[in-house]
Amino acid sequence: MKRMLLGLLLATSMLTMPAFADTPANTLVMAKAIDDIVTMDPAEIYELSNSEIAVNVYDRLMGLEIGDMKNLVPKMAESYSVSDDGKVFTFKLKPNLKFHSGNPVTAEDVAFSLQRVILLNLTPAYLFQALGWNAENVKDMVKAVDEHTVQFTVSEKYAPTYILNLMSTVTSSVVDKKEAMAHEKDGDLGHDWLKTNSAGSGAYKMRSWKANESVILEANPDFRLGPPKLERVIVRHVPEGSTQRLLIEKGDIDIARNLTPDQIKGIGGNPDLVVEQFPKATVYYLGLSQKIEPLKNLKVQEALRWLIDYQGMADSFLKGQFIVHQAFWPAGFYASLEDNPYKFDPAKAKALLAEAGYPNGFEIQLDTGNTQPFTGIAQSIQSTFAEGGVKVTINAAEVKQVLTKYRARQHDMIYMYWGPDYLDPNSNADSFANNPDNSDNSASKPLAWRNSWDIPEISAETKAALQEADVEKRKQMYLDLQTKLQKSGPFINMFQESEQTVLRKNVKGFFSGPNADLIFLYDVTK
Amino acid sequence: MAGETTATGRAAAAWQPRGAEIAYEVFRFLGILILTLIGLIFITFLIGRVVPIDPVLAVLGDRAPPEAYERVRQELGVDLPVYQQFWIYLMKVIRGDFGTSAMTSQPVLYDLGQFFPATLELATAATLIGVVIGIPLGVVAATNQGRWIDHVTRVIGLVGYSIPIFWMGLVGLLVLYSWLDLVAGPGRLDIAYDGLVEPITGLITVDSAISGDWDVFFNALSHLILPASLLGYLTLAYVSRMTRSFMLAQLNQEYILTARAKGMTERRVVWRHALGNIVVPLIAVVALSYASLLEGAVLTETVFAWPGLGLYITRSLFNADMNAVLGGTMLIGAIFVCLNVFCDMLYRLLDPRARA
Repeated sequence: MKRMLLGLLLATSMLTMPAFADTPANTLVMAKAIDDIVTMDPAEIYELSNSEIAVNVYDRLMGLEIGDMKNLVPKMAESYSVSDDGKVFTFKLKPNLKFHSGNPVTAEDVAFSLQRVILLNLTPAYLFQALGWNAENVKDMVKAVDEHTVQFTVSEKYAPTYILNLMSTVTSSVVDKKEAMAHEKDGDLGHDWLKTNSAGSGAYKMRSWKANESVILEANPDFRLGPPKLERVIVRHVPEGSTQRLLIEKGDIDIARNLTPDQIKGIGGNPDLVVEQFPKATVYYLGLSQKIEPLKNLKVQEALRWLIDYQGMADSFLKGQFIVHQAFWPAGFYASLEDNPYKFDPAKAKALLAEAGYPNGFEIQLDTGNTQPFTGIAQSIQSTFAEGGVKVTINAAEVKQVLTKYRARQHDMIYMYWGPDYLDPNSNADSFANNPDNSDNSASKPLAWRNSWDIPEISAETKAALQEADVEKRKQMYLDLQTKLQKSGPFINMFQESEQTVLRKNVKGFFSGPNADLIFLYDVTK
Repeated sequence: MAGETTATGRAAAAWQPRGAEIAYEVFRFLGILILTLIGLIFITFLIGRVVPIDPVLAVLGDRAPPEAYERVRQELGVDLPVYQQFWIYLMKVIRGDFGTSAMTSQPVLYDLGQFFPATLELATAATLIGVVIGIPLGVVAATNQGRWIDHVTRVIGLVGYSIPIFWMGLVGLLVLYSWLDLVAGPGRLDIAYDGLVEPITGLITVDSAISGDWDVFFNALSHLILPASLLGYLTLAYVSRMTRSFMLAQLNQEYILTARAKGMTERRVVWRHALGNIVVPLIAVVALSYASLLEGAVLTETVFAWPGLGLYITRSLFNADMNAVLGGTMLIGAIFVCLNVFCDMLYRLLDPRARA
């Protein structure tokens, strides 16, 4: 027995070779939960982690650059012009841009990239369908005029900023036509191949994506803004925050992306680590189905707004992760409404409920996700609503399951989030304040529809704001819409997300913008 | 004389099954395999249809345009009656087409080829550790019934059963990786070694040994040892308990008394005679625990960022990615059937009584 134990000890100590303490000097190693990546084709990308990779692999006509998240600037475009009727947009490309393959970037590539979004008709296609493009007309609406000039027409007059914002999304990524078509199968415009490969002109070239394992990027020395500072980026799938914490404390990774507020608190005081805070554009809200009797009542809606402990949550278990924000368009952008009139006031709420005819409250169901922060927030709502006599039953489930129920309009109340697709207020107004068809078989399912909120007038205002070309006037229209929705209606906007990222002290230049497709890696050094 | 020849002849026949018998066995095996798999597919398929997640959501996400939604709905065939959907799927599977996973954009077979080796490596290492330590521990406990070593074994078993593996994994990482630097951290390899060895079997330790990349081998081993030991501990807890009770049953038998009476050494009595007689049920125990590890240990895989089958199937299930779930379930089903048949055969080979 003794001999066996000794042998065992010996065996274990032989196996325990010292592990690598540092990451290679020219490589950035980042740990992140990347199991949401389902594709790498820009015409299909719609999740967070792949948007984040795509912005570093593909370049676009327009976009935001590090340091200024408010003003859209030309990226691959050198200049652009809009026709007097506001329907024809012409972009001139910068000269000498090159794809990873070495092919020069031409107007034909740009036209191809925009057309294929419509022709493939995958999830993000709706962004461009809104411009009146469809499979029949897109080849006429979007054209290369000459080698360096691309021109497109939209069916109606829209605010130019909205169109330019669309040209800055991941969906507008410019794909290398020659490379994509070389891998075409059964007329799929290279879709199958591009799902797991890349053909762009961004700062990095994708060497591999292994689902649930890693993404490896390699520097593109010909990048428009000069070669990226680090040669390689490795994003490793590490689903568990505690594991990420151990890895970064040890120095086996340079950046950890998914630590919870508790875990961040735990590393406080470690001199080798830095915590950086990046505001995000995602908003979290409570949705009240207007099919449900008490929730239709305007007084009840107002009472519920006074029954949430916004600041209490933001100061305790959500600390560093959320800020209080009570409008549907996030703070910090064009047309943001930044005042937060509501706070926790049970006395006021009780009075309002009594006026509404519910002096003893009522019983109601709340659907939400079964992970943090959903569960914590739902529990807080449950306990503060109870102070007004409103008895909440929480149904927590997988987010996809909650969404299925939501899209079928079978909920009472729902706690969910919404992230804009592009940084123009229309991206949120179009869903929160737009419901052109409230019938059960409506084709589009904006958030207002999901909460059965029939609002012909507000929908018209949203459309008018979308078409307003005067920047200042347009801004006022969105501010008015937000104030209106803040006072009544099915949405109680509560929070705006803020991301906490932990970096090794020597890592500099990591930039995480408000959207997943504004996370730039080319400037990172270590 | 003649009678004796016949007897020997009969014995020989029992030892060497004829061609017809082999064919029968093979058919029986295939029959069990196919029936089990069809049953499994059917049940999993039904579960997939009653899960309250819209399968189109899994493919397209929440904001797809209505036309795209409708198209995918038809592609998936969700509006057809269930029996028809099942038939279509079954026909595809028979042609070897397991479909494409909505989550990884890869054919399900390719995915399984990627994720299963990671699980196989972990499960095999864990089972080896559990068996090599667990069986002797069980034997020693049984022969020292009621003494301290027996109690220690029982406590080891109890701890193995009751402490959540998730927690043990994290503490293991904290102590052995973070503080003491004895083992490598999460993942299958250090980043510096990633992609150095061409996959042959997909088991990094085996592949690196074949190609003689000993640096990679030791690094992979250093990553493997901690999760494998933890899962091995679970196996050990189970195997040692079973060994102990099997042994106790044997040690009370009369043949043991006889052996002792004949003056045989205690070591020979215990390790040859008693242990020899429990090999068959032990194999069944080990095979079952091996099979359950091959399903993938979701929690261990999560903590150790181990890209294995358990994570793959769980993640697919939560996202209603039914092609992936069905493919994974069939693989596990096939493993179970194969291991069962394997045990059956071993049983016949090792236990003369089963060879009637």
